[in-house]
Amino acid sequence: MTFPFMPEQASTMAASVDNLFFFLLAVSAFFAVLIAVLVVVFAVKYRRVHEASVGAPIHGGLVLELTWTIIPLGIAMVMFVWGASVYFDLARVPQNAVEIYITGKRWMWKAQHLTGQKEINALHVPVGQPVKLIIQSEDVIHSFFIPAFRAKMDAVPGRITTMWFEATKPGRYHLFCAEYCGTNHSGMTGYVEVMEPSAFQTWLGGGAQEGSLAEAGEQLFNKLGCATCHSGDSQARGPNLEGVFGTTVTLANGQQVLFDEEYARESILNPQAKMVEGYLPLMPTFQGLVNEEGLAQLIEYVKSLSQGGATPTPTPAAVPGSTPKPQPSDP
Amino acid sequence: MHDVRSTDPEGEAFQTEVQPRVHYLNATHGIAAWLLTKDHKRIGLLYLFAISVFFLIGGVFAMLVRLELLTPEGDLLSSEAYNTAFSMHGIIMVFFFLVPSIPAVFGNFFLPIMIGAKDVAFPKLNLMSWYIAMIAGFMILTTLLMGGVDTGWTFYPPYSTTGSTSNVVLAALAIFVMGFSSILTGLNFIVTVHTMRAPGMTWGRLPLFVWAQYATSLIMVLGTPVLAITLGLVFAERVFHFGIFDPKLGGDPILFQHLFWFYSHPAVYIMILPGMGVISELVAAFSRKQVFGYNFIAASSLAIAIVGFLVWGHHLFTSGQSAYAALVFSVLSFIVAIPSAIKVFNWTATLYRGSISLQSPMLYALGFIGLFTIGGLTGLFLAALGLDLHMQDTYFVIAHFHYIMVGGTLLAYLGALHYWWPKITGRLYTEGWAKVAAVTVFVGFNLTFFPQFLVGYLGMPRRYHAYVPEFQVLNVLSTAGASILAIGFILPACYLLHSLFKGEIAGRNPWGAYGLEWDTTTPPPPSNFEVTPIVTRPAYAYTHADVVEPYGGTTEGSGESGGQEVRSV
Repeated sequence: MTFPFMPEQASTMAASVDNLFFFLLAVSAFFAVLIAVLVVVFAVKYRRVHEASVGAPIHGGLVLELTWTIIPLGIAMVMFVWGASVYFDLARVPQNAVEIYITGKRWMWKAQHLTGQKEINALHVPVGQPVKLIIQSEDVIHSFFIPAFRAKMDAVPGRITTMWFEATKPGRYHLFCAEYCGTNHSGMTGYVEVMEPSAFQTWLGGGAQEGSLAEAGEQLFNKLGCATCHSGDSQARGPNLEGVFGTTVTLANGQQVLFDEEYARESILNPQAKMVEGYLPLMPTFQGLVNEEGLAQLIEYVKSLSQGGATPTPTPAAVPGSTPKPQPSDP
Repeated sequence: MHDVRSTDPEGEAFQTEVQPRVHYLNATHGIAAWLLTKDHKRIGLLYLFAISVFFLIGGVFAMLVRLELLTPEGDLLSSEAYNTAFSMHGIIMVFFFLVPSIPAVFGNFFLPIMIGAKDVAFPKLNLMSWYIAMIAGFMILTTLLMGGVDTGWTFYPPYSTTGSTSNVVLAALAIFVMGFSSILTGLNFIVTVHTMRAPGMTWGRLPLFVWAQYATSLIMVLGTPVLAITLGLVFAERVFHFGIFDPKLGGDPILFQHLFWFYSHPAVYIMILPGMGVISELVAAFSRKQVFGYNFIAASSLAIAIVGFLVWGHHLFTSGQSAYAALVFSVLSFIVAIPSAIKVFNWTATLYRGSISLQSPMLYALGFIGLFTIGGLTGLFLAALGLDLHMQDTYFVIAHFHYIMVGGTLLAYLGALHYWWPKITGRLYTEGWAKVAAVTVFVGFNLTFFPQFLVGYLGMPRRYHAYVPEFQVLNVLSTAGASILAIGFILPACYLLHSLFKGEIAGRNPWGAYGLEWDTTTPPPPSNFEVTPIVTRPAYAYTHADVVEPYGGTTEGSGESGGQEVRSV
């Protein structure tokens, strides 16, 4: 058994997070040692010799006070800016990322690949390619945590969160749930298997029963009767869903929103929240009729209707049906 | 010294007192006299007794948690039992020990004395606050007997409102009730400091402990109602299914986190600010020197109280909150660290050319300075956005806040207990054992929590009943440290109880310290002073005229300070 003191660096971001860590460690060690040495030296040097002696009448010094206010403040601001820049690198998903839908539920992690592959408490990803995780929760808050990638994101019920990483070393890494979720929280663990791209292709080819995620979404779309209103013709009661994903839509109240995964999800579960301009609030909620995995399929189907609609970038051949779109910097 | 002290214009201090003197402990007798007392000193002792019981219970749960984590498998406790253990440990230690600890015990006992007041502004409310705390305590013990609660001390919904099958409602109500005792204490201190100061006790002469209590009271009064509202909403959702936090009912779970941390981050400052106040007193007393930068320490207490209200969002960096909100909360979190740094530098500078005596309270104070420094610096790691994504919800966070709350608040609490013990009880404790205990606590604490920084960065999530084998070595170290720490807490219980019955009689001022609480007799009379003191000097104005009574001295009446010169700070 090995006793590591630092987690493995297995993603493109791991080193930059660790470098920030070492910088803070160096600054902290300097100040901690400085204080400790001063305290010990003063305590020894100025120890009370005579029972009745008192200390020197020193009240303070403005120059010193300003010094140890301004210098730490400056150092703290350097830490803040550095920390923020690493954060934005972690929050900005690269354009060409492979998308995988993740659903947390007590007490397991489910992954849905766009090809229709599903796995539980495991995640297979290719090495050297950015992977974007679209994370949902079926019940309570969870948190998807891969220490070797220095990446973590909460799975929050009622909304979609995203995270991304690019694995740099093939191998098997821990996957933990980091947000307390009840009885078997510590059992909500698994592994991330980083594979060479060719091996990953082979693994993906291992057969998904119901076709790709978008195809499953199309079946569900028809089964739920969505096509009745979202038929695509101009007289329909609902807006046309073709070519809208990744674009900006105008709402009845004049606001503009980006049609992304979160908007698609909200429109299914809470249709009246952000009505598109020119349509009546007729759509019922599908809360309870479709679960998070179904939502992933529907969202993916709606995305597939916008193939080539948004910014055309080379789709990773490994994953048909993934549609890159302009990324908001806001995670 | 034969100068007349300002508190005693008649010069009666030089007449040998007629024994037995009436003091607050022997003024009245019987259970009822204690349970119906309006004397702030006795109420402080009632709190001391009560929170010691809670500390013991919380400590037992901590030990259960550490024993479970000795091995990677979840073998000692079931998952449910383990989750209940860490939840009860957190709830009891935070809400029933740390939040009331220093304010309710030493604030109640010494704040009025230190400003030369006869009592707090609202003695009946003060007693009421203790009864409210006891009702809350009874509720939390009932929760415990019914099987406890397993939501963690943070009560995050939807788990707490729809997921958990434990006694969430009763536990939340207990904390809800406990909050009112906190509010009453805070209100009392604010009004007392504003209206009850002795003649000449200007704001600029207040002991720094009083400044710290004042800043803490502001947070208690302004922050605690938000916690009450938040827990009320949890109650409403759990019992009446109002959709507030659960998205299935149309609520938003992140709303809870904003509301909860809006109180619970300032609550961290409720816990640490009084500790900082204690350290200012201890460093001054055992260096016999004015605290360096009095104004800056007083102002930094207020700065922490104010800015502390603006950093709650740093608990939500991984929750999917807006990146721009995260930026703002990150920069504010770095800024709130600066006043704490100023305090540490000023305490260190106070030691320079002091007359330093390393008696047991000072050992706790120096331990505090070291541990609080590490706790504060590791807070910077968590304030740094890019790092927090990795460290959030890991043992790094656990180690960080235990360095603040145990290495900080608890060491300050123990330091205060030793420093003021002779004044409270009229007895001296065994100094040798006290030194041993202080060192034991310091060593045990570091061995317990330093490995948790490492295991946290490795990626061990918090609140894990079982973990992967490569984390075991660090967990074993941590559990070993916890055992040493337990000994360090048992020792004071033994020698302090021993001193109650067998300790030497303490004089008026056994440390040779400067302050109104050392001017009055030991134990203090029911109304704190025989004659209302008139203050003529700033806090900590040590001069050679302050005659020192040797440690262990039993004479009354020395420790006189005099001198009418007024020095500006």
